[in-house]
Amino acid sequence: MTALTLRNVWKEYGDQIVIENLSLDIAPRSFVALVGPSGCGKTTLLRLLLGQERATRGTIMLDGAALPDEPGPDRGVVYQRYSVFPHLTVLGNVMLGPELQSARVVGRSFGAARRHLNEAARQMIADVGLAGSEDKYPAQLSGGMQQRLALAQALMMKPRVLLLDEPFGALDPGIRTDIHHLMKRLWDERPMTVVMVTHDLREAFTLGTRVVALGRKRNRPEEADRYGASITNDIDIWPPRVAGARTLFNTEYALGWDDPTVQAVTSGRPDQPPET
Amino acid sequence: MRLINQQLSPVAATALKFAPFLVLILAYLLGSSLRLAENPNDKLLPALTSIADAVDLMAFTPDRRSGDYLLWTDTWSSLKRLAAGLGISTALALVIGVCIGILPFFRALLAPFVSFVSMVPPLALLPILFISMGLGETSKIALIVIGVAPIMIRDLAQTVLALPREQIVKAETLSASSWLIALRIVLPQALPRLLGSLRLQLGPAFLFLIAAEAISADSGLGYRIFLVRRYLSMDIIFPYVAWITFLAASADFGIDRFRRWLFPWSQLEAGR
Repeated sequence: MTALTLRNVWKEYGDQIVIENLSLDIAPRSFVALVGPSGCGKTTLLRLLLGQERATRGTIMLDGAALPDEPGPDRGVVYQRYSVFPHLTVLGNVMLGPELQSARVVGRSFGAARRHLNEAARQMIADVGLAGSEDKYPAQLSGGMQQRLALAQALMMKPRVLLLDEPFGALDPGIRTDIHHLMKRLWDERPMTVVMVTHDLREAFTLGTRVVALGRKRNRPEEADRYGASITNDIDIWPPRVAGARTLFNTEYALGWDDPTVQAVTSGRPDQPPET
Repeated sequence: MRLINQQLSPVAATALKFAPFLVLILAYLLGSSLRLAENPNDKLLPALTSIADAVDLMAFTPDRRSGDYLLWTDTWSSLKRLAAGLGISTALALVIGVCIGILPFFRALLAPFVSFVSMVPPLALLPILFISMGLGETSKIALIVIGVAPIMIRDLAQTVLALPREQIVKAETLSASSWLIALRIVLPQALPRLLGSLRLQLGPAFLFLIAAEAISADSGLGYRIFLVRRYLSMDIIFPYVAWITFLAASADFGIDRFRRWLFPWSQLEAGR
């Protein structure tokens, strides 16, 4: 049983081959980090999984069925930028997905459904640590808060696969560590498979259950166009990290330690979580 | 210190803001008094008193023939034409611009055509409009629409196309259909720009309005100016021009305020 299966996938733009004969099985509930040098096709691979682009050859299956040709609610996405809608408040952004899903004509819900959704959205906002910012617009949030919002917005759809395209690449190191802990917890708690593109190896090994490196097998300039990227390294993290289960890797953390409000209640100054 | 880093005190800034207006008024008064000193019957730069008399005659005295207060009836008929023309243009820009911006079918069908049509000089079409639609209101409104709408459509389509692709894909992952993407994602983000584009088109719209009224009308601000031109009545033309400018400037200001009030986030985005 696999969540995502790629069989002999090729992606070509005209004469240029970007991805060459790539096969990959991704287990359900795993957290795969895709790493590799710039321009090696990591983002292209993510777009293929998202359905934003189609493979030139080969098949991609999601839970055993062929992947739909366009993006849909079973695959959530968070980009480095432009993931949230500037014209909606934090609450509006988080409520948007379920509203679009339930009201197919007006795109808004009303009455009891709206109150219910409002409550769920506020809970989700609190869960990603944005409580108190419900009525702010994205432009009023810091970069880290915007990415938290993007995560909350995507998770409201309960996606089976969450695709992350260098989501924390533009954040400064302190903020990035905080959001890594949040990301780990969200992955741990929710029934989803995560595929994350990153150029930060440390991040890949901190978060992933498996690190997949992409690269071109030939890199001479005159050959570069005709040889695409495929998997050069595939590393399972040890000790194994298992979503939803206490393992060596996550036993150190007390429940809610990444939530500033809980920390303020339980102790004066929370201990820094140890590096993994 | 470099000139680009100069910091102005609020008093200086205010003084500078009003200075060009003051200079303009003083230059007029000086020129007027010099010419009148030479020839008391000079009509080119009338004294403020004769302008005030003319304003009183046009705005606050009923016309001897029709009993109307001419300035107000002129303003009313001009604004009706302008509002109709700009309203139709805005509605067209909204529908066609968004369609071109998000639907590949309409982009292929209409984008080159609209670009082509926007290059037609509207004033050159005026005779055709008068001949085919008659001398009534229709041809005047049509001229404004033909002059203004293609540019607004292109501008709005560009705005929609410039929305990050990531946003559209994100909306798809939130289960939005094409219609819902247009309604909830594209439209709200296009409207502030549409209002901005409307502000920029106020000037051209007045130009086309006055051109149409100058040729054939029985009332209207442009009609009046070109009517009294025959008598060299600068004392009427000057206040009319000032009044038109004032109307356009307040519409410009009003639309911008409306945008800020309706779309508070657009101001935040601009300030980033």
